[in-house]
Amino acid sequence: MIFNRTTTPSPLVPKTNKLFINGEFPRSESGRSEPVHLHNSQKLHSYVCRASRKDLRTAVTAAQAGLPSWQKKTAYNRGQILYRMAEMLSSRRLDLVAQLQELLGIQENQAHEQVDKSLETLLYYSGFADKLNQVLGTINPVSGPYHNFTALEPMGVVGIVYDQEFNLNLFFHQIASTLCAGNSLVMIFDKPGCALLSDLAEIFKTSDLPNGVINLLSGSVEELSSPMASHMEVHALVVASADKDRLCQMQKLAVDNMKRVILWDFTKLSVEPLSALSESKTVWHPVGV
Amino acid sequence: MIQARYVVTSGGQRIPINDQPVDQVGAEERALSFTKRSIKKQSKLDALYAIIQMIDLTTLEGADTPARVRQMCAKAIQPVPRSLYAELQQDYKAPELPSVAAVCVYPTLVGTAVDALKGSLVQVASVATAFPSGQLPLNLKLADVKFAVDMGATEIDMVIPRGAFLSGQYQKVFDEIVATKEACGSAHLKVILETGELQTYDNVNLASRIAIMAGADFIKTSTGKVNPAATLPVTLVMLQVIKDHFEETGRKIGMKPAGGIRDTKTAIHYLCMVNEVLGEDWLNPDLFRFGASSLLNDVLRQIYKQYTGRYFYDDLFSMD
Amino acid sequence: MLEKFMRKKDKVSPSSDNQPHKTEESGKKGFSFQYAPSLESTDIVKIAETQKLFINGEFVESTGEQFFDTLNPATGLALSKVVESTEQDVDKAVRSARKAFEQVWSKTTGSERAQYLFRIARLIQDRSRELAVLETLDNGKPIKESRDVDIPLAAAHFFYNAGWADKLDYAFSGKNVRPLGVAAQVIPWNFPLLMAAWKIAPALATGNCVVLKPAETTSLTALLLAEICQEAGLPPGVVNIVTGAGETGARLTNHPDINKVAFTGSTEVGKIIARSLAGKDTKLTLELGGKSAQIVYEDAALDQAVEGVVNGIFFNQGHVCCAGSRLLLEESIANLFVKKLKARMSSLRVGNPLDKNTDVGAIHSQVELDKITGFVREAQMEGLEYFSASATTLPKEGYFHKPCFFNNVSSSASICRKEVFGPVLAISTFRTPQEAIVKANDTAYGLAAGVWSEKASKIQKTALGLKAGIVWANTYNKFDPASPFGGYKESGWGREGGRHGLLPYVEVQS
Repeated sequence: MIFNRTTTPSPLVPKTNKLFINGEFPRSESGRSEPVHLHNSQKLHSYVCRASRKDLRTAVTAAQAGLPSWQKKTAYNRGQILYRMAEMLSSRRLDLVAQLQELLGIQENQAHEQVDKSLETLLYYSGFADKLNQVLGTINPVSGPYHNFTALEPMGVVGIVYDQEFNLNLFFHQIASTLCAGNSLVMIFDKPGCALLSDLAEIFKTSDLPNGVINLLSGSVEELSSPMASHMEVHALVVASADKDRLCQMQKLAVDNMKRVILWDFTKLSVEPLSALSESKTVWHPVGV
Repeated sequence: MIQARYVVTSGGQRIPINDQPVDQVGAEERALSFTKRSIKKQSKLDALYAIIQMIDLTTLEGADTPARVRQMCAKAIQPVPRSLYAELQQDYKAPELPSVAAVCVYPTLVGTAVDALKGSLVQVASVATAFPSGQLPLNLKLADVKFAVDMGATEIDMVIPRGAFLSGQYQKVFDEIVATKEACGSAHLKVILETGELQTYDNVNLASRIAIMAGADFIKTSTGKVNPAATLPVTLVMLQVIKDHFEETGRKIGMKPAGGIRDTKTAIHYLCMVNEVLGEDWLNPDLFRFGASSLLNDVLRQIYKQYTGRYFYDDLFSMD
Repeated sequence: MLEKFMRKKDKVSPSSDNQPHKTEESGKKGFSFQYAPSLESTDIVKIAETQKLFINGEFVESTGEQFFDTLNPATGLALSKVVESTEQDVDKAVRSARKAFEQVWSKTTGSERAQYLFRIARLIQDRSRELAVLETLDNGKPIKESRDVDIPLAAAHFFYNAGWADKLDYAFSGKNVRPLGVAAQVIPWNFPLLMAAWKIAPALATGNCVVLKPAETTSLTALLLAEICQEAGLPPGVVNIVTGAGETGARLTNHPDINKVAFTGSTEVGKIIARSLAGKDTKLTLELGGKSAQIVYEDAALDQAVEGVVNGIFFNQGHVCCAGSRLLLEESIANLFVKKLKARMSSLRVGNPLDKNTDVGAIHSQVELDKITGFVREAQMEGLEYFSASATTLPKEGYFHKPCFFNNVSSSASICRKEVFGPVLAISTFRTPQEAIVKANDTAYGLAAGVWSEKASKIQKTALGLKAGIVWANTYNKFDPASPFGGYKESGWGREGGRHGLLPYVEVQS
């Protein structure tokens, strides 16, 4: 028997995790897919699509297109959608806990803890959406008859290169903070975590999130990090690479359109990632009659 | 903003009043820039003589008497006694000292002024239309104007009904100016907006346009009885309306800031502003006047200073 | 010559002539109001024949011998000789900064640092005339601007940041912050002293030490600032100044013992620096180029908008990274606006920067002038409608360019896409707010933008849509130390000024 039916509710039929682009689940245009195995095992868990450069471009286009609808929402509304994600995650807890065990070899209680933390993360940033500008915005007392304020704005399309060992909380921390700041995103992540893509995407798909705001690509970080870093429509890059050479390479490529490169070293829930994922705009206006 | 505001002429013609919004901070900043101009040497001397010619030497007090007006008229014609000024001409080749543009008095004193100025080129201007408040019925205001004109005034400085303006009765403002213009006959009409009461530059802009459309020859800031009187930014806003009107119609309207211009330095800032906003064409008494009294003495002092390098004591000049 | 003022004596008396103003002579009585030159005296400035470096609190000779002239752009003549710092010079400066950081500056309290910064601010004010004249001599900008903008703002930056030094707890929402260490700062020639103040003040307030490299063509006021630092008793090594061109800049930014690089200058050089720092732990902020657009809606206060546009592009000869070099006019008012703009441009006084009445001074260098004329020539060859205030006569000596614009420029024209960095404006039109925003954002840059309308809701909507770090609504080119400055997209990374401007100089402890 392939699947251990006693401990997990895993399906009998191994599925193929498809990509998540523009709210839809396409296969890779390249037709490539790969098997993913259970943790420390040769047994098949599922298949993942291996996204191509073209898939990446499609995803960036979708993220670009999704941006206005996300930005147009009120901060309160964005917060509600993040909260909805928490609800959706919560209802998938058992499934995810089982998969984290099977796929990544995480102990059950630790898997539960990852889900707990993820929920906490989503709630934290859900409640931050409509406070960000109250915390980091300023009214600047310039010496002249001008009203002058600085408000945070989204950077735009954020490319997240997830090349660390998969951790559910880190995944949600990066996504929730990116969305909280009003950005859309394209994330590329590698095996074996990407075998969770379908399940995770289902959460976003059912959270009233506009299409294109989150795009998830399973594939080879090795293959896709450079195209992501050099893509001219990507405005910021989130990386946490332990691979110094790759990081250096991405930073160099990012310079072409002066992408902001955010080295993800945020471990705590805080305003810092939001600050790093935002632009600030300062507006002047005369005060007179 | 191009607003659809109209006034209607007595012939039933609708005239658009294309008022422009004015940004206070921007207008004041531009006005301030003229105070940074540094006018020295010959250009300053040129300006000093020009200012004298542009002055409407004014006395508008309840205590005015024929004797006082006669004294002022003498000074208007010959700002410095010939004998005194002759020294400058001799020692420094100073040019002849010009007369001021006009004297400005109440209607009852127009006759005195006309007599006193006979033979000179100094004009007689009279305030009228129930100056300074304008709070009389129109027929009495017009009688006021006619009296002054009949007495020989060649320039009439009227006040607009600010109450009507501020309550949005622009047609009434327009009609009063039209009627006053008619009552003036061939006398020149200066329309006083009393900008200190209009308060906003948007109001100043609109009132300037109404006055010009109604036939004003000059637009004038203030009566001198309300604070603030003339300021650089208020004058700037009015100059820009004059500029717009010239661009639209080719007709040149005059400008008269009045009240609060007491020293040469300030007057030169005004000249720079007129020069840079409207150009040299406006730098003459036909199109630009200062309504002032104490300014003249300061200009004379400055002329002496420019030539001799020394400051002169006030007593050298008469106090009128 | 004063006869022209005299009113004709042979005219009939006014009382008998009811139309005294309608005579043939009228209109001829005006006078030609020529502003006589009003030159600021240069006596106050003493310039040494050769300049030194400022390292470890002392003015020292470079170990190198490669000197170059720093010119007065208004005459093209040399003012002094400046040295190209060597590798050893740069290393010595960085080491002195490191030592000062470790031994002195990191141990000072915030209020001590504040005291030094306040004192520097006061000394800048005390020596403002001298600094203004020197700035105008070395840079070519009108004395009016160095006197009223550059120098007062430089002092204001020190004052503003001085106040933060002992209040950093408030700046980062209750977080503890630590200074980074040694900051390498490379600044441009367009606002020499102001940029130095802009860079040094927040760095010092947050507890860092700096090595600053002024632009090779404008080192003089930075070195005078060094003298002021000395006079203020600033501990040696806290501020170091090395002179030289790009090579020195590269030596400095690539020095291994630097924790932070702050650069203001061209996007081209900014990108080189960013690439060279890839993979390193050095923090980097960049204030780069721009091609900022001003949108004028039909409901704007047009006369003030004209002022704003003129100030936006001709301030400092257009040598401003945030210059409003593109003008987008709503079609309904385009002709009227252009007419007003022409009239206004004709009253601009171009000439000797030392003349207090000069509005537009000298182009900074032959190199810049060639670049500007190159752009102008190219646009002229494309057949674009060109206007320059033709009445203006330019001085024969030095580098000058008439303020000018091209009308009906398409978005694809290079004059509309590339940073000219001179007094050249590109005008085009739009029909709807949506189109205006799209056109304004149609650039790789994102530094600043202007929007003119008297309708508040339209201002808000437009400001939100503009991809720019600074939006000047119904004003332009306003600067203040309390106001964050910096761009989106290829205009750079990070903000300088305001509370936000402290962040690039600290490590926030989680």
